[in-house]
Amino acid sequence: MYSIEIDNISKSYGKTAAVRDISLKVETGEIFGLIGPDGAGKTTLFRIMTTLMMPDSGKGRICGLDMVKDYFMIRKKIGYMPGKFSLYQDLSVKENLEFFATLFGTTVEDSYQTIKEIYSQIEPFRDRRAGKLSGGMKQKLALCCALVHKPSVLFLDEPTTGVDAVSRKEFWNMLGRIRESGVTVFVSTPYMDEAALCDRLALIKEGSIIGTGTPSSLVKAYPHRMLSVKAGRMYPLLKKLRETPGVISCFSFGDSHHVAYDATRTDSRSIVEEAVRAGFPDCTAKEITPGIEDCFMQLSRKWTTQD
Amino acid sequence: MDNTGLNAMEIRNLTKRFGRFTAVDNISFHVRKGEIFGFLGANGAGKTTAMRILCGLSRPTEGEGTVAGFDINREQEKIKKHIGYMSQKFSLYPDLTVKENIRLFGGIYGLGDRKIKEKTVEMLDMLDMKDVRDTLAGCLPLGWKQKLSFSIALVHEPQIIFLDEPTGGVDPETRRRFWEMIYEASMKGITVFVTTHYMDEAEYCDRVSIMVDGRIAAMDTPGRLKEKYGAADMDEVFRIVAGRAKREE
Repeated sequence: MYSIEIDNISKSYGKTAAVRDISLKVETGEIFGLIGPDGAGKTTLFRIMTTLMMPDSGKGRICGLDMVKDYFMIRKKIGYMPGKFSLYQDLSVKENLEFFATLFGTTVEDSYQTIKEIYSQIEPFRDRRAGKLSGGMKQKLALCCALVHKPSVLFLDEPTTGVDAVSRKEFWNMLGRIRESGVTVFVSTPYMDEAALCDRLALIKEGSIIGTGTPSSLVKAYPHRMLSVKAGRMYPLLKKLRETPGVISCFSFGDSHHVAYDATRTDSRSIVEEAVRAGFPDCTAKEITPGIEDCFMQLSRKWTTQD
Repeated sequence: MDNTGLNAMEIRNLTKRFGRFTAVDNISFHVRKGEIFGFLGANGAGKTTAMRILCGLSRPTEGEGTVAGFDINREQEKIKKHIGYMSQKFSLYPDLTVKENIRLFGGIYGLGDRKIKEKTVEMLDMLDMKDVRDTLAGCLPLGWKQKLSFSIALVHEPQIIFLDEPTGGVDPETRRRFWEMIYEASMKGITVFVTTHYMDEAEYCDRVSIMVDGRIAAMDTPGRLKEKYGAADMDEVFRIVAGRAKREE
C-alpha cells in the first residue's frame, strides 16, 4: 500500500527547472526522508504533493486520491508543516490549535489523544502568544496544529533547520512515535545525519532525485572503498591526500578525513606510507563503512559530471 | 591599534540583561590571534546576544573587554569597522552583480575608489570569477555565492571575522569547501569566530565554547572536551553539556 505515489513530476519557474521528472513511492506507515541542500527543489515538491501547486507535467496519488482531481479530499487527509513558521503570531497557543481544529471540523478535545504527548509539553504556555514562544516550542505547536485533524500522511518541510543538535534529537524521537501510531511521515532535511533515522530516503539535488532506497541499501551501493585518515596537521594532510594516486576523493568528516580510493590501484598501507613520506609521520588510517553523507557526495558528483 | 598582544578578543565578566531576564550571564574568555574559535550553544542559550555585543551592535550591561583591540563599551564604531561579518541568512545583495556587490561593501567599509578597483581585480582573480563579474549574485551557484560573500567580508582586511551559521542548509561538499577557505584564512593569521549547528564542524575548530543558559558551560579544544566527557565525538559532547539546559529561551 502506498500513501504517496508520484510519477514524472516536473515544475519550472520561468526558465528555472525546480523539479525535474521526479517519481516516488512512499509506503503507508513509513518515515520517508527527502534529503538535499537549500535550493534543491524540496519545497516545490512539497507544495505539489500537498495540492497547493500544480505540476507542469506528471501525475500523482496521495492516500489513493488523484492529486489534481481530488485535491479537496486530499487536504482533509494530510497534515502539512511548512518550513517557514506559519501560525498566527498574535493568537495564543490554544487559539491557534482551536483555529486549525475548527477549519477541519473537529475540536481539540476530540483529537486530544493524537496530540497529547506533544501538546502536554506546551500546554503550560497555552495562553502565551505564538510569536512569543521559543524556537523549540513553536515547532511543537506547529506539529500539533498539523496533527489536530488526525491526518493519515504528515508532510514536514525542514522541521529541524536552524534547530540545535539536542532539540533535533528530541524532534526525531517524536516523529518515531507518530509513525508508530500509523501515520505516514514525509520529511525533508538538509542534515545528512538525520537520514539514518528514516525508513527510506530520496536524495535530491538541483531538482533531480540522485539516489533512493533504505539507508543501508544506499550505503551498500557505494562504489568505492573508504578510509578514515588522521594526522596531527589535518588541513595540510587533506591537500596531500587529494594528490595521492588512487585517491578518488578526500573530505573532512569531524576529526578525520574520509578518503575514497580505487582498490585496483592502491591500498590503505600505500596511502599511509605516502603520507608518512610527505611529512605526516603520525598518519593513521582505518577502513570504514561510508555514511549517507559520503553517499550523497559521491552521487552528487556523479550526477554533476553526467549532466 | 593593536594593544592586546596575542589575543584578538578578550572578554571579562560580560553580562547582558533585558529587564529581569539575564541573557548573557557573566562570561569570560579570550580568542587568540589566528585561532578558529567555535561558539556553540543550544537555541536560546544567549549566543546571538553575546555575538551582537562582540560585533559592536549592542552594549553590555556589565563587564569589559576588547575585540580587535577596541573597547566593547566605548569603541563600538571602531569595532564595526575592524571586523568582518558573514551569515548564511544575509550576505550578498542578490539583485546586484558580483562586481557591484564588491563595490558596495568596499564603499560601506570606507575604501577609496582606487582601493576598491584594486580589490575587485584581486578578488575576481583569486576567486576565479572574472567571467561572472557582471552576473547577478542571486544567479550564482551556492558554492560561488559563499566564496564571494566570505571574500567580501574580508574586503577591508579585518583581523577577525565573525561567521554566524555560515553553512546552514548548504550541501555537504560546498560546506566542506567553505571550511577549507576558513583554514586558508586562519593560516594567513585571520582570527575566525564561528557559530554552527553542525557538530562535525565543531571538530574543525581549534577551540570551542558551549553556552548553556547564558553561561559558558564548557570551553576547550575538541580533543580535550571529548576526553573530559568520555564522548566519541563533539555531537555527544554537545548533547551532554547542552542537554543540561534549564531555560527554554
